[in-house]
Amino acid sequence: MYWEKEIETMARPALRDLQLERLGETIAQAKKSTYYSKLFQEKQLDKLTVQSLEDLKKFPFTTKDDLRSHYPFGFAAIPLQQCVRLHSSSGTTGNPTVVLHSQADLDAWANQVARCMYMVGLRSTDVFQNTSGYGMFTGGLGFQYGAERLGALTIPAAAGNTKRQMKFILDFDVTCIHAIPSYAVRLAEGFYESGLDPKKDTKLTTLMIGAEPHSEEQRKRIESLLGVKAYNCFGMSEMNGPGVAFECPEQNGLHIWEDYVIAEIVNPVTLEPVADGEIGELVLTTLQREAMPLIRYRTRDLTRFIPGTCSCGRTHRKIDRFKGRSDDMIILKGVNIFPIQIEKILMQFKELGNNYLITLETVGANDDMLIEVELSDLFTDDYSVLQRLTKQITHQLKDEILLTPKVKLVEKNSLPQGEGKAVRVKDLRNNT
Amino acid sequence: MTIQQISVFLENKFGRLHEILSLIANDEIRIIAATVSDTSEFGILRLVTTDPHKTFQILKNHQISSNISEVFAIVTDRNSGQITQTIEHFTQAGLSIEYMYCFSTSKAGFLILRTNNLEAARNVIRRASLVCVDQAHIADL
Repeated sequence: MYWEKEIETMARPALRDLQLERLGETIAQAKKSTYYSKLFQEKQLDKLTVQSLEDLKKFPFTTKDDLRSHYPFGFAAIPLQQCVRLHSSSGTTGNPTVVLHSQADLDAWANQVARCMYMVGLRSTDVFQNTSGYGMFTGGLGFQYGAERLGALTIPAAAGNTKRQMKFILDFDVTCIHAIPSYAVRLAEGFYESGLDPKKDTKLTTLMIGAEPHSEEQRKRIESLLGVKAYNCFGMSEMNGPGVAFECPEQNGLHIWEDYVIAEIVNPVTLEPVADGEIGELVLTTLQREAMPLIRYRTRDLTRFIPGTCSCGRTHRKIDRFKGRSDDMIILKGVNIFPIQIEKILMQFKELGNNYLITLETVGANDDMLIEVELSDLFTDDYSVLQRLTKQITHQLKDEILLTPKVKLVEKNSLPQGEGKAVRVKDLRNNT
Repeated sequence: MTIQQISVFLENKFGRLHEILSLIANDEIRIIAATVSDTSEFGILRLVTTDPHKTFQILKNHQISSNISEVFAIVTDRNSGQITQTIEHFTQAGLSIEYMYCFSTSKAGFLILRTNNLEAARNVIRRASLVCVDQAHIADL
């Protein structure tokens, strides 16, 4: 049931002691890099010894921009000769980011991924096919090493070529796949188009999905199409890659491995911790990294801690399915609002379609929010129903975001298709 | 006893009514009656056509929010007071008229209406011996 029972089920106080010990080591290690040694001196943190986990708050945040502006090796804490791997993520603006690994770092990462995979039922008798891109995309090598560490027969099928993927799944009795959600759907369609039923004609039982935002409905759909259990995974190249957090068999939130990272959730504007259970930006501090420790790295990903304990017995806290990016946050009349909060409410109404547009505008002296949302096919001929619907939506939104938006029903397909989050929000406010 | 009416959700946007009517109007479909009602937020276009199913399909194909519903098309003669008398039957039976639109030809007047209770309305029509056009005869109007 557990890959590392002692660590996974460790009592919280013991886990915190372990974190504190490793935090001290991490800070000492970070000081060996040019970036942190200079920073710690500037902030007069170089003499500080951490006494408690609270002391971490004295350290400044590290951002992706910091990584970029100290490209390529400003964060290296060991000589390059001792590094064995370099991953780089392409930057659309400016320099890319670089992440360095020692052999010990790669071993720790493989163990972390193996722990995740074991948690959702993968065993050494399983056959695992990885449909991630290899190369710089960490979902390739990350899952490869993790599955091998676990002892599963591992097929580095890499991305694309659905016909070949299907052939492998059938011929090699593949039981477990890692795929991005949209590709899992594509694979299922591939089987059905060839007259096969993946539920009967394959040995698939488990799917690991991540790297792409997806709803619970999408997960359920993928599960029923392929006849598998699908588990969410979370990672990012700055934190090695996959394996940072992973769903357990409860399928309700992702355990974040607190022996590998210290996780904080902060308000992206004030950078103060949010109340337990509230949405904010995930901030991570590495605890076992040798080549490139990161202190309070702002992930830009929005999530929340799920309060309470998990019936799977693991004591590492759970974070919720990702809620979008902190860059998407709206501040209106001093209230912080995430588009995902609005989306969540809108999706509860079956009368509404998938598209919506949030417009922020200045009306007179006030800043207002207009939410246009498309109707679905379930259109009624009755005015009072439409008006009641508008009222209900407004009311529920008010409960969620604490402001009263103006809600407008619009025709289907009249709004821009929601590809990126950016097109969901239009800010027309007068700058003050 | 009833006919099928198409309702279309309309945003208050310049030219939208024309766009929608252009999609529907062709050699095979004739619009018998139409009405647009509006609030400050949106409007509803209601249509009676010679082929409601084809009309609905065209709208669907263009992904336009629309709906097909049953309404009564009651025939009256052209004497004064006919509309009042017709409505009176419903009022006496305790039924509310949700909406109504009328038109007349050289031979007769027609009331297209929907009440808050379809079944009760059928009974009123039967008891009062009101004449209704059914879908098969819409094209003859």
